[in-house]
Amino acid sequence: MVFLPGWVEPLAGSLWEFDPVLGSFCAKAGALPCVAGLGPSQRRPSGSKAMAMTGVPYDCDVLVVGGGNAALCAAIAARRAGAAVLLLEAAPKALRGGNARHSRNMRVMHDAPTPWVRGRYPADDYLADLRRVAGNADDGLARLFVDASADIVDWLAGNGVRFQSCADEVLPYSRKTAFFLGGGKALVNALYATADGLGVAIRYDSTVRGLHLRDGAPAVTVGEPGVTVTARALVVASGGFQADSGWLRREWGEAADRFAIRGTPHATGIPLKALLDEGAEPVGAADRCHMVAVDGRAPPFDGGIVTRLDGIAHGIVVDRDGRRFADEGAVVGPSRYTAWGELVARCPGAVAISIFDAAIETRFRPSIFPAIRADSIGELARDLGISPPALEATVAGFNAAITGGGGTAGVDPPKTRLAEPITVPPFGAYPVRAGVTSTCLGVRVDERARVLRRDGAGLEGVYATGVVMAPNILGCGYLAGGAMTVGAVFGRIAGREAAAYALR
Amino acid sequence: MPCADDEAGRIAGEARRALEICNACQFCDGYCAVFSALKSRSLVLAADLTFLSNLCHNCRSCYHACQYAPPHAFDLNLPKSLSLVRQQSYRDHVWPPVLRGRLPGAGWSFVAAVTLAAMALVALPAVLSLPAEVLFGRHDGPGAFYRLVPWGAIAGVAGAVMLWSLLAIGFSVASFWRGMGPAPAGAALWPALRDALRDAASLRNLGGGGAGCNDRDERFSQARRRFHHALFYGVGLCFAATGVATVYDHGLGWQAPYPLLSLPVLLGSVGGVGMVVGTAGLALLKRRADPGPVARSLTGGDCALLAQLFLVAASGLGLLAMRETAAMGPLLLVHLGLVLGWFATLPYSKFLHAPFRVAALLRAAMEQKHSPPLTRKRSLR
Ligand SMILES: Cc1cc2nc3c(=O)[nH]c(=O)nc-3n(C[C@H](O)[C@H](O)[C@H](O)COP(=O)(O)OP(=O)(O)OC[C@H]3O[C@@H](n4cnc5c(N)ncnc54)[C@H](O)[C@@H]3O)c2cc1C
Ligand code: SF4
Ligand code: SF4
Repeated sequence: MVFLPGWVEPLAGSLWEFDPVLGSFCAKAGALPCVAGLGPSQRRPSGSKAMAMTGVPYDCDVLVVGGGNAALCAAIAARRAGAAVLLLEAAPKALRGGNARHSRNMRVMHDAPTPWVRGRYPADDYLADLRRVAGNADDGLARLFVDASADIVDWLAGNGVRFQSCADEVLPYSRKTAFFLGGGKALVNALYATADGLGVAIRYDSTVRGLHLRDGAPAVTVGEPGVTVTARALVVASGGFQADSGWLRREWGEAADRFAIRGTPHATGIPLKALLDEGAEPVGAADRCHMVAVDGRAPPFDGGIVTRLDGIAHGIVVDRDGRRFADEGAVVGPSRYTAWGELVARCPGAVAISIFDAAIETRFRPSIFPAIRADSIGELARDLGISPPALEATVAGFNAAITGGGGTAGVDPPKTRLAEPITVPPFGAYPVRAGVTSTCLGVRVDERARVLRRDGAGLEGVYATGVVMAPNILGCGYLAGGAMTVGAVFGRIAGREAAAYALR
Repeated sequence: MPCADDEAGRIAGEARRALEICNACQFCDGYCAVFSALKSRSLVLAADLTFLSNLCHNCRSCYHACQYAPPHAFDLNLPKSLSLVRQQSYRDHVWPPVLRGRLPGAGWSFVAAVTLAAMALVALPAVLSLPAEVLFGRHDGPGAFYRLVPWGAIAGVAGAVMLWSLLAIGFSVASFWRGMGPAPAGAALWPALRDALRDAASLRNLGGGGAGCNDRDERFSQARRRFHHALFYGVGLCFAATGVATVYDHGLGWQAPYPLLSLPVLLGSVGGVGMVVGTAGLALLKRRADPGPVARSLTGGDCALLAQLFLVAASGLGLLAMRETAAMGPLLLVHLGLVLGWFATLPYSKFLHAPFRVAALLRAAMEQKHSPPLTRKRSLR
């Protein structure tokens, strides 16, 4: 652990003052109304020189915007490198941690078995997997990322995160990913505890509304009414923009109104947009999302992993007109969730219905929401608000087309696997929607996680990590366990680099 | 009582909802055996609730790690839901069956009433029959205790109460075993029993997959496991002390009290200190615990058992320290009364946790490791 000298020294002209009652440093009354409105702050971070050459006081050396996995890794790395760090998290404490709260595992390169991952996953295999999903993403950056992933589990473990032993029989075999013991919220809890223990100042309910990057040192506006916080260096780790319904609608049209957002309602992309407005080069695509098929009754935000529909491939899927529109048996492995997310998002009205009978129902894990059931297909259609003759015709046509080998003949689209007749009442249905994990638009960064402008120059003192730069590595593709690794690897880089820049 | 039924139904419904969400999630499967047992069930039936709730040892890790814990809309609180069902299972399987559904929530008042009655039963005959100079006199040498309370009375009454309690616990456990549903066919009982006893003796599950428990808040610690060990082995040593003393007395003809460095006194005092430390530590952890995952209605019963054990041990240690003074007589009566009260409440208090939990561990071991592979996945699939 790095303990820095002088971390209790108050800074002249800073936003922090010593509270003799709490024995710690607090934001001065009125200095950070919104941020400080949360009550006494944590300990003041390590002091470095209070004034820049210009005499302008800084509130901190490194300012981290965001409060998920990426932000925490950056804050901890910067703090360990000796910087005074302030972390601004939009969410309240109870819902801190962004989408990392919902995550389960991370993908790491390793040349030999470790206590956390079995077998070996050499760099070349990892790169090949990346190229397959990411297409033309930056090759040099990808290589650096894969190499750095090799010791990220140890680094996180050194910062309090616990991983599940790969010898634990309950885990599925995986040679590519390490699992967080207790899942992502346990990881988030551990990282917050470590950051706090190291003296990172953490502010919840602190939404950054604007970035100011033009004249000299970076600054941000926090809260309503806005307060300006200045820093020597800025790390943006605020995720995608999937929680901004207006922006999503501009990209997807009205279909976006039917999407469920699987993660945090705070990923509204304000810092991402601000970076782009400041001239940062976009990577990825604004009109692409990672999505999976979820139960249509999922909550609008934070439904997480449990609203996914497990059994879609076993029955048939119809649109709101009662017609099948895709081969349900095309994808039956783990990527079936993603495949159906995209299909449903592009359906009329962005809704679909999964239909099965009492026999098929025994083959998959039920939804956490009760199935809609009826004794006949016609009744089921009525309950679902779709045309009974249309659904009856679809089911009859499908049943008639089933061949011996689990496939169909003479029906369009065909079902190539797991085709079973839908005949045993009661019949059941789940409404299906697209659940958005995150958006695929980010900003270009270099190997030091510096944000790059369109002309190739870096934005002075501005770094990015996590989903806000993930398309540099993942493109618009999805690689299970890859997103958490991007956040941690580039978080560690961004934190160190930002600290080095701030303390230069 | 329709009202109580409604309450039981609500508790079961809530636990079922929580478990169904957990089954879709399974993020906590590294913490304890509940999650793998859950995974092999695609529907959660009443018998499964009985089983799973007693397989949970209330470490609360899955509450602090849960992304669906309040204030999330799903309002998921697995430790709380399962502890309420667990409490219900103690009442559902109580023996004799006439008490089922009638036993008052075995909290403070019940435990206190039984203990006071037991103390009166022990003290009154002595107080009424013995002159004050015997009661408050100094006694030493072999047989000193029996001058106050005859050995036959101690052994007879305590033995009878203990026998009743053991019988009642035995019947309760049998009923509980059936309540968990049919055991997996073809499961190997003995290897499973060995695993279950090893888990119980080591409190492996309180290790939480290596990290420990969430005794207080989202930070992990091994404190609960250590205090529980102190209590568990403390009680064990005290029973061993009693056993050795019985052999001394009847086998060898040496009468109590025994010298300080004798085996029964050594075992008893180490055990007593273990119980005092264990109960006090567990009570302190309870006081300091984050109230989020705790079912308030159960704290009374938990604390009553801890208080009972604490007093039994403390009065025993006090008796040892003061046995050569005039306080010996009253202390002996108090200690014997407390022990008798504890014996009498065993089948009706939180103590059922111990045998039920071992039974649930045994069932889990039979299901998970010692069944023919095909029967492991008991489900609709
Ligand atoms: C259900 C689900 C399961 C997942 N499972 C996995 C998995 O198993 N493995 C994996 O690798 N990935 C997984 N992911 C993806 C992974 O969780 C994310 O890629 C990762 O958490 C992104 O981290 P991040 O810190 O970049 O952004 P986010 O997690 O989106 O965090 C953004 C943070 O910034 C804060 N913020 C946003 N705007 C502002 C603002 N203006 N001011 C202040 N703060 C702001 C938010 O409150 C939040 O704390 C999953 C995602 C979901 C939704
Ligand atoms: S307690 Fe929460 S995180 Fe743990 S398995 Fe259940 S739903 Fe998942
Ligand atoms: S409280 Fe602990 S023992 Fe109980 S289910 Fe949760 S993790 Fe398992």
